Amino acid sequence: MSRFQSTAKTYVRPMSGWWLKTPYFFLYMIREGSAVFLTLYALVLLTGLGCLAWSPSAYEAWRGLLDTRLSLGFHVIALLIVAYHSLTWFQVMPKTAPKLPFDSRLIVRGALATSAGLSLLILAVLWWVA
Amino acid sequence: MSDATPSRTIKIECLRYDPETDDKPRFQRYQVPFTDDMSVLQGLQYIKDHLDGSLTFRWSCRMAICGSCGKMINGVPQLSCHTFLREYYPRTVRIEPLNHFPVIRDLVVDQSRFLDHLETVKPYLIPKDDQPLAAGARRQTPAQMDRYYQYSQCINCLLCYAACPQFGLNPDFTGPAALALLHRYNADSRDQGWRARREVINAEDGVWSCTLVGYCSEVCPQGVDPAHAINQNKVNSTLDYFGILNLLLPKGDKT
Repeated sequence: MSRFQSTAKTYVRPMSGWWLKTPYFFLYMIREGSAVFLTLYALVLLTGLGCLAWSPSAYEAWRGLLDTRLSLGFHVIALLIVAYHSLTWFQVMPKTAPKLPFDSRLIVRGALATSAGLSLLILAVLWWVA
Repeated sequence: MSDATPSRTIKIECLRYDPETDDKPRFQRYQVPFTDDMSVLQGLQYIKDHLDGSLTFRWSCRMAICGSCGKMINGVPQLSCHTFLREYYPRTVRIEPLNHFPVIRDLVVDQSRFLDHLETVKPYLIPKDDQPLAAGARRQTPAQMDRYYQYSQCINCLLCYAACPQFGLNPDFTGPAALALLHRYNADSRDQGWRARREVINAEDGVWSCTLVGYCSEVCPQGVDPAHAINQNKVNSTLDYFGILNLLLPKGDKT
């Protein structure tokens, strides 16, 4: 027990629903929750890889599943949420770095530019292959 | 208070809690005449002087440097002397004690949890050797001072604790201000106390309880960045775990 603790009766306010009380906390929870969609998307890809290793017919079945409205809807939502995930984590990245001799916003912009560049590169390679 | 005659009246809602009679807090509403130059603190002082002498709240300097008058103002942790009534008019101003601390009475919170945490981080210089006064001041370059100066601006106002849900959920978390002050001393070239403070940093209730919500750095009235202090020490704590930090510390800090 604290040696500073007063003996007075106090009232401790409940924490329930704390993340709904401030927009800042709500956005924080979306940032944290976005990891769930990232995981689900990774599992979808992993399943596809598993199907490819299993048999050509399994792979075609997996591709068939992707070509549904439900799957398209999931991928659009996942894309938006994962984009938010990347943006918000890039934004807090300078907080984990030691004190830098340059403007920390350069890290955020550098990370965003690299991420956008790599995404475009992958799209270009896919387009070239197709 | 201003000489100007108040022409407008604002509604101020205060959380009231009397430990002798109340089981839980309630809100009480006051009509307060105000002028453009009146702070929220001056609004509270008007209530105490003219409307209800029993309203209890902490304040001291009235110029945003003592750190006494922090309150939740419409849900945001702020210094009440640094926030103006005109910014809220014609809305109601709702004033509550700082979140995440037990309420002692009305707008006064029990700060003892913070004082405990502050004590554990040893917030003072721990030099390697005692230097006689005759040796003069320990000199420092501007670059060395720049490494900790921002963190030394903390006024212990506790707004960052009221902004930290992790502290609200787990009061054993050392918390933003105490960890920022810990970093303030570790980052000081005159200090070799890393070893004395490493247990606090490396503990689960140390830097690892922070989930980088980041609101602490937003609400700080002194421009301190506790989220930065804590999260760069997650890297240090990891390096310490793998025994690498010792190789990177300045000569005097080595274990």
